[in-house]
Parts: sequence; C-alpha cells; structure tokens
Amino acid sequence: MSGILASMIDGLLIGSVYGLAAMGLSLIWGVMDVINLTHGSMIALGMFGMYLLFAAIAGNPYVLLIPVIAAGLLLGILVYWLSVNWVVGRSQLMSLLSTFAVNMMVIGIGTAIWSTSPYNVDFSLSGITVGAYTFTGNHIAAAISALLIALLLEAFLYHTRAGKAIRAVADNRDAAELMGISSTRVLMVAFAIGIALAAASGALVSTLFPFTILSGAGYQLKSFVVTVLAGLGKPFGALVAGVLLGLLEGAVSPFIAVSWIPLIEFGLFVIVLIFFPRGIFGKATA
Amino acid sequence: MMTMLRRPLFWLILLLAGIFAWLPVRGNNVALREDLILVAVAIILTSNLNLMIGYTGYVNFGHIVFYGLGGYLGLYLATVRGWHLVISALVAGVLVSLVALLFGLGILRLRGAYFALATIGVLVAVQAFVANFEPWGRSTGMYVSFDSYAPLGGPRHALWTTYFLVIGVMALSLLLSLAIKSSKFGLGLFAIREDEDAAIVLGVNATVYKAIIYSVSAFLPAVAGALMFFKNGMIDPSIAFEYMLSLEGIVMLMLGGSGTVAGAALGAGLYERLRSYLLTSPRLSEFHLVIAGGLLLLVIRLAPGGLIGWLYRLIPHSREVVE
Repeated sequence: MSGILASMIDGLLIGSVYGLAAMGLSLIWGVMDVINLTHGSMIALGMFGMYLLFAAIAGNPYVLLIPVIAAGLLLGILVYWLSVNWVVGRSQLMSLLSTFAVNMMVIGIGTAIWSTSPYNVDFSLSGITVGAYTFTGNHIAAAISALLIALLLEAFLYHTRAGKAIRAVADNRDAAELMGISSTRVLMVAFAIGIALAAASGALVSTLFPFTILSGAGYQLKSFVVTVLAGLGKPFGALVAGVLLGLLEGAVSPFIAVSWIPLIEFGLFVIVLIFFPRGIFGKATA
Repeated sequence: MMTMLRRPLFWLILLLAGIFAWLPVRGNNVALREDLILVAVAIILTSNLNLMIGYTGYVNFGHIVFYGLGGYLGLYLATVRGWHLVISALVAGVLVSLVALLFGLGILRLRGAYFALATIGVLVAVQAFVANFEPWGRSTGMYVSFDSYAPLGGPRHALWTTYFLVIGVMALSLLLSLAIKSSKFGLGLFAIREDEDAAIVLGVNATVYKAIIYSVSAFLPAVAGALMFFKNGMIDPSIAFEYMLSLEGIVMLMLGGSGTVAGAALGAGLYERLRSYLLTSPRLSEFHLVIAGGLLLLVIRLAPGGLIGWLYRLIPHSREVVE
C-alpha cells in the first residue's frame, strides 16, 4: 500500500513538470486561439538546450534553466513571425498546419544533428529517504522549479502592465485594441512565453529521464490532455491538472506496463472532451 | 452512374491506372514497379485523406492508423488463418472501417481542432494497443511465412499480383473521390466544411455524415495496407503506424490542392518522387523532413489552393475538366 503512495508522490512531483509544459500550450491557446503544434519540438529543444549547456559549463542545471528560458523566449519570437502571425484569426486548419510545418522542420533538423539516439543530463541530487522509499532529489528539485516558474508567471500576468495586456487581449481582442493595446505585440509576447515554458519543462525533464529528439511528442500529448482537463486558456488550472495527471500515472504505474499509459491518457482526453468540454474546472454553461 | 462516364476525369483515372499497370510489365522492370507501387500507395492514402480534410474540413493527423491496422489484420488473416490474400485484404478493410465507425462516433462529437488533436490520440493509442497485443507479436510484429505465397503461384508471381491489386485500389480510391464529389452526400460534406452549424440547420445530419466519411476514408487505405505489408513480408508497430508518413500525407494533399480529386493524386505523385529522391541522395536524406515542412509552410502561405488551385486561377475553364 505504501508502495502506491510513494509512487503517487513521485507522480505528483513529475506531474508538476507536465503542468508547466501544459501552461505554455494553454497560454497560447487561450490568448490567440492557436493550437501550437510546435509544442512537442520546443520541449525537445529545451531538453537539448539543457544538455548542451550542461555539457559546456557543467553548472547547476537549475541555474542553467535561466538561459534556456531566455533562449526559449527568443525562439518563440522567431517561430511567431515564421508561422503564427499571419494565421491568427484565420481558420484553425491554417494555424494547425503552419505550426505543424515548423514542427516538422525542427524535428528534421534535430534528427540530422542528434539522430534519434537517447541522451541524458548526468546530474543527480541526493534524495530524501522515508522508510523504505527514496524520493530522488532531481524529482523534488524539478517540482520546486516548476512551481517557482508558475508563480513567476502568475505574478507577471496579474501584477504587471504587460501581463494585464495579455489577459485583456485574451478576453476580448477588439476591445483591447480600442483601449490602445497593440495586439500583435501582445500576441508575440504571449507566444514567446508559451514557448519558453515548453522549453523550461523540457529542460527539467532532461534532468529526470533520458530523452531523444522525438521525446517531445509524448509530452505534447500529455500537455493536450492536461490542457483540456483544465479547460482552455487557464494556465494555473493547467498546473493543477498536470499534477493530477502525474498522480494518476503514479497510481496506475505499479500495476500496468508503461507502454499502456498513452492509451489511458488518450482515453482520458476523449472522455473529458466529450463530457466536460469546458474542463473539470470550467463552468457548466457558457 | 451514366453521368460519371461523361466526366473527363473518370477516363483520365482509368488511363492513369492503365499506364501504371503497363509501364513495368513492358520489359519486366522490377525496379520501376517498386517505385510506382510507392507512388500508388501515396495516392491511395492522400486521396482518402482528402475525403476528411479537403471535403469535410476535418484534419486527421492519424490517417496512417487505417493503413497499419489493415496491414496487421490482413497479414494475420492471410498467414495465421491461411485465407486468400484478396479475401484477407477485403475483410481487413471492412473490419477497419467498422473500427473507424466506432471511433468516429466517439471523437467526431468533437469539432475542428479538438477532433484533430483526438486523431493524434487515436494513432498513439492504437499503436500502444498493438505493441502490447500478444497475438500480433507485440513490438516484434509478424512475418509472412513462405507458404503463404503459394496460393498466388509463388513469391515472384505474388509480387506482381499484389502490384496490380494495389493499382486497382489506387484507381478505386480516385473514382470514389470523384463519385462522392458530385453526389448529394458530397455536397453535404462540403456544407459541413464551410459552416457546420448552417449545414445542420439546413438539414444535413452532420454527425452521421462525418462518421460515415471517416469510416469510408478508412476502407481503401486498410485494403492497401493489407496488400503492401503482405508484399513486404513483415510488419511491426513502428513501420505500420509511421507517424511521419501520416504527416507527409497532409503535405502531399496541400501541395496538390486539397478538396480536388486530381490535386490529391498530383500532390501525392510529386511529393513521393521528391521524397524518394531526397531519401536516396546522400547529402539530402537527413533533411527530407525539413524540406517537407518548408514546402508545406510555403504552400499554405502562398498558394493555399495548392497546384490545382493555381491552375484554376491560371485557366478558369480547367475546373470543368480537372475536378
């Protein structure tokens, strides 16, 4: 019994990283109604960014998160101008296809550079032992980092002018324009933050598990599940829902093979979309 | 049916299939046959994908699921059960269509982008299921035993037979697209694509239409999958459900012109040849995805109608011939 509890606590720690990834997806989705299919490849780039930095500097990975996030912001601006700016407000088909095209290019370049063989960041913190179980230090540190980044985002969105502008554009783009907010710039900033969050979560994942350039796809699926679970455009709901997904994985993983987990996540995704289209934290009616 | 005979594209499709069948036979050119069969499969997948994306306006990222599942079922029936290849392929097609209908009734309640995301989930979930399914050899997959080729007159003969069958499926795929395009059912699909709510108000039963077209778009790819994996002699989860192939299908469709019968064929043919060239070129093989992605980005940005859309703008009357 306590084995399951330990597994659930570990799931909770990892779930906060899922939540962080999903926050990025949810922010972009909520603010500009664009489903960012570059999400998975940006998570993968975060992993490799951390790998390269750690190999070059061998510093503390949690400090190296800062340059990864900064690079994520720049990359986000680039991807925004390349594939998002001209599809905002057009049909979702267009934004799906254009972000997806960039995803293919990133994966293609990544595969050419790193092939699809696994890499890992060789760093470990000493864990905390409770009775017969040890919680690895990396998992705990990743969870704390994810939480800190989420709090910083909240402070930004609710207590700065730029953050308020983002929320205003998300609520009503036309009204925000009339109030003198340049929505293109706001959308660009929101997109860049979303990508930076994806990269940060990838960087944290790289300290937990081995990864390949294709690993982002699995986390992208988790992010979609978490985002719909939380309801669209609710970044903090996404963090909570991510933790819930981690708990669920922790609870079932002692009983079934890991390869079944995508099946469960997908089932959850469809069930939630059909029965709770506004997310489990959403209101019942519009 | 009679009106079909008056449409130029109907005869062009038959002519195309005839040329495909005749070219490699002349001179017994096996290398050409292997090239053409890949083009034919690309055309089959793309024109059936077009029924969803081009006709109905629903993006299916996991279209390859039908091909892979058809391959598994067909291989299982033909080798483990010892059924004739043609019957195995047809039964596989019917079963996969039924599975698609079941999935469709569930996920087609989702609109637009949600549906697109669910199709990624279908792919991941089916792959996870097959990779854990004992009778189908889990992650190692299945092989075609040598005896299975006997009913078709030995391996050499069997390869030619499957080639002609695949060409037949290719022609059927294009004819199906053509037939649906001018039918009342097809008009209903176009209405859903343009404005689903308005279509419903005007009496189109969108749920039923979408479920039917999702299921129909599964049939011929599943048959083709059964034929192709039988021809290749083996199947495993990673080659059966190759995500990239599913994605490249979308590139092919957008390149040729989504929503048009000829565009699906043209885009598939061109892209497949380009891909083969890139994959065999020592310097460019690693970059074929980059080129595919760049191509897709360019097409949707500069020419959202694809090559056929460009032709329509250039020669407006071409609409009457190239549908």
